Amino acid sequence: MGLELYLDLLSQPCRAVYIFAKKNGIPFELRPVDIFRGQLVSKDFSQINNLCKVPALKDGDFILSESTAILIYLSSKYPTADHWYPSNLQARARIHEYLGWHADCVRGTFGVPLWTQVLAPLIGVHLPEEKVQRNRAAMDRALQELEDKFLRDQAFLTGQHVTLADLMALEELIQPVAVGFDLFEGRPKLTAWRERLEAFLGMDLCQETHGLILNILEQAANKKIPDPAPEVYPYMLLRISRIP
Amino acid sequence: MGLELYLDLLSQPCRAVYIFAKRNGIPFELRPVELRKGQHLSDAFAQVNPLKKVPALRDGDFTLTESVAILLYLNRKYKVPDHWYPQDLQACARVDEYLAWQHTTLRRNCLRALWHKVMFPVFLGEPVSPEMLAATLAELDATLQLLEDKFLQNKAFLTGPHISLADLIAITELMHPVGAGCQVFEGRPKLAAWRQRVEAAVGKDLFQEAHEVILKAKDSPPADLIIKQKLMPRVLAMIQ
Repeated sequence: MGLELYLDLLSQPCRAVYIFAKKNGIPFELRPVDIFRGQLVSKDFSQINNLCKVPALKDGDFILSESTAILIYLSSKYPTADHWYPSNLQARARIHEYLGWHADCVRGTFGVPLWTQVLAPLIGVHLPEEKVQRNRAAMDRALQELEDKFLRDQAFLTGQHVTLADLMALEELIQPVAVGFDLFEGRPKLTAWRERLEAFLGMDLCQETHGLILNILEQAANKKIPDPAPEVYPYMLLRISRIP
Repeated sequence: MGLELYLDLLSQPCRAVYIFAKRNGIPFELRPVELRKGQHLSDAFAQVNPLKKVPALRDGDFTLTESVAILLYLNRKYKVPDHWYPQDLQACARVDEYLAWQHTTLRRNCLRALWHKVMFPVFLGEPVSPEMLAATLAELDATLQLLEDKFLQNKAFLTGPHISLADLIAITELMHPVGAGCQVFEGRPKLAAWRQRVEAAVGKDLFQEAHEVILKAKDSPPADLIIKQKLMPRVLAMIQ
């Protein structure tokens, strides 16, 4: 059995891993995991990843979680172009610098609109407007820092070439866009970055990767999103309670 | 000007960077930035890090923030022993996995434990409800269980038989609630044994030196009103 990637394309870090593997022609078996059907907490999956999280990678006996770790592993193991995770000491440091800031300021924050608009209502939870506004403000601050500290006048987040940092950022920023919060509007610099990145990745690959999430509102409107399995409720409630 | 490290040993990630540099004999100028005096908010420090956070590194023209980035940079530039961040693909991935996981879990919960138990009431004069504190300590407890069950398991160190950056990041984080008076290692013999091993690998003297400040956190003199006003918004954002 070759490389297997356990992914749910509704999840931002899963999409980053997917798009990286596909763009680099890394051969893998896609093992789709549907978080909301409770597949994450199933017995089968917990044997794969005892942290019960996606994305997860299985390479023979070797099992790995955490998108950053997976991306670095794939870029080291397979013949990928240097620019993704450069061997140059300072260039590589810039990627880790971005990823550290991303963990604090982007991860968690940009996923909230999907929760407030689509996922929480699925289990009858409606978030107070105060939290929605607080999240908006947090996203605004993060986007300002993204532009001022990272992007600046560069083509991409850590320099003149696409890196793992750009993928992680793009997938997080797409999440609120998918539920109608167009955070690229009024941000020409960021829009230009997104266009450059998507052009580099290729429109077909972007459509393939983003199709599911970008369709989520339509799915919700047509009641095509299945009710979450009961065993997922605790995870969902915990996630919702964490929204500041 | 050689390597400069801008640190306050009150901060968990700063302790990890400090210990790593000292343990590996990496020569550096220590540039103290006193968080409780708001020094990280000064214009001078903004020249070093416009995001106003520690740790920060300056190496000639090159400035770097974020503790994991700094540790990996030092690791590679100064050619330290392999076990800190192994060359082996899978062993390295294990360290990367821990470093990614800890950010929103152990790091966050240890920070909240310190602030809710000690720093808010003692330093900022802001009471914290017993319910809030209890909830924070319960989350910390759950995370400690994950640390033992998913990472440490029956190994000597978090990612294998040897100490790595993962252990350094973890131990410095756990000293945060210890500094707040939480009995993190009580009733957790596995974790306590791991702590002993990590301390021994780091060196007891260095470990104690790095943790002097945090162990005195509960003796922080109360912040004056001006400092408190300056610090409050950033503290609240930090512990979300």
